[in-house]
Amino acid sequence: MTEYFLHIAIISGLYIILALSLNLIIGYCGQVSLGHAAFYGLGAYTSALITIHWQVSFFLALPVAAVVAALFGLGLGIPTLRLKDDYLAIVTLGFGVIVDLILLNLDVTGGPDGLARIPPPRLGGIDFRDKVWYLLLVALVVAFTLGLISRLVHSRHGRALKAIRDHEITARVMGINASAYKISIFTLAAGLAGLAGSLYAHYITFINPESFGLHTSILVLTMVVLGGMGSILGSVVGAGVLTILPELFRRFADYQDLAYGAMLIALLIWRPQGLLGSGKISRKFSLAKNRAKKER
Amino acid sequence: MFLEIDQLSKSFGGLQALDRVSFEVQMGAIQALIGPNGAGKTTCFNLISGVLPPSAGSIRLMGQEISGLPPHQIARLGLARTFQNIQLFGGMTVLENVLVGQHIHLHGGLVATLCNLPDIRRQEQRAKTFVRELLDFVGLADKETWSADSLAYGEQRRLEIARALALQPRLLLLDEPAAGMNPRETEDLMALIAAIQERDITVLLIEHDMNLVMNISKRIVVFDQGRVIAQGPPRAIRQNPQVIEAYLGKEEDEDDV
Repeated sequence: MTEYFLHIAIISGLYIILALSLNLIIGYCGQVSLGHAAFYGLGAYTSALITIHWQVSFFLALPVAAVVAALFGLGLGIPTLRLKDDYLAIVTLGFGVIVDLILLNLDVTGGPDGLARIPPPRLGGIDFRDKVWYLLLVALVVAFTLGLISRLVHSRHGRALKAIRDHEITARVMGINASAYKISIFTLAAGLAGLAGSLYAHYITFINPESFGLHTSILVLTMVVLGGMGSILGSVVGAGVLTILPELFRRFADYQDLAYGAMLIALLIWRPQGLLGSGKISRKFSLAKNRAKKER
Repeated sequence: MFLEIDQLSKSFGGLQALDRVSFEVQMGAIQALIGPNGAGKTTCFNLISGVLPPSAGSIRLMGQEISGLPPHQIARLGLARTFQNIQLFGGMTVLENVLVGQHIHLHGGLVATLCNLPDIRRQEQRAKTFVRELLDFVGLADKETWSADSLAYGEQRRLEIARALALQPRLLLLDEPAAGMNPRETEDLMALIAAIQERDITVLLIEHDMNLVMNISKRIVVFDQGRVIAQGPPRAIRQNPQVIEAYLGKEEDEDDV
């Protein structure tokens, strides 16, 4: 039973990293991304492949996975971040589908069978197959991500991001290079998702493309929206709730996607700021915006 | 010359919003752009601040060609502006809004920030001190923790000016700063603009309040249908028959503009 709780805690940790990183893009920078799971997958596959084929240590593979995912983020970000809202959503959605298809069809990624026998991390005498140790490892990376993001959003860069989110043109007039910021944040968020991917691969030790498809992107998006866009604690809570709840309702697993979709729509209508969001920032994405306009 | 606008044109599809506009602004002066609504004044501001690229013509700020540069680069060259319809960062506090204006004066990239180097913290402290002085200057010192969009209308206008001043600009563009203000607030605003000039900041403003314009501007440029139809000191403008016909004459029965 303890094993089971440890497992849930580890998975929650991974989703916290994913939700926090996606929140940077959506909640702080005001950009839409529907392909976040692709970076998660790229991190997982990178880490798995280099540890399997080149016997690289996990502790080297982890940062390499982050860098590779970040490079893909940069590559996608440069041409696409000039697009706005709906268009950016479509492009990131497309990117997610393309990565999924590539993982499914390449020989090196094992196609639909994926990769098996991914070595668990090893450091001195510590065996990370013991879930307590793995949870500790995940907790460290979560703490690193939390520290990094909270420092970022409370700095001048965080203010710049929020300015871009609230009024891009005004932000630019204030001397903020909005495109450079959007691309950097997209890259950083992709890198963090890559970290989570690597941690996932070496925990489960078997991966296939199914874990990194649109379903996962939408799940992480729901976590961010549920917790509150632009709220760090919100992402942690959103990720926790949406990892634990499905466990409690296992019997209805077939209806999970339906439930996420319904929850997302309900939130956007009645509580667009999410559980812990501040309310003002998410107007951009919600029906409440039009309502506010009418009231004026 | 401090700011030189030469043969500046802008068209939106078939609409010629600005047609070969030329004027100059002297260093340290307060100068006004006036004209009926739709005359191209705000378009002119948008071109100067880089929000829109010009179709033709040149804009030189302190001798440097700035037309076609992106707005964030023009801001770094010493230009700040406010907007006709107030554009505050609604999700941020009053203090944060003005701190955004300090962005270009703070250094340290992402990595230095993430390491929270002592220098970054010192800069942040200095910026806060400076910004609090500015809030005091515009009379908002006691509201720094308020959310920007919870301020009263006149306060929002002053906050926007404080935010622009935080860029420590050489040239400040004010787009209808007195719009929607009552006579008392307008008086305060005139005093504020005069105080801004004393900080060695050149002010170019668009305004419909003739009392304000005639009282504080050294020179006035009159726009009509995308063209400059007159320019000169307030006294000459007041007596210019073309101006009276295009604008001032109509002002009598359109006191709501």
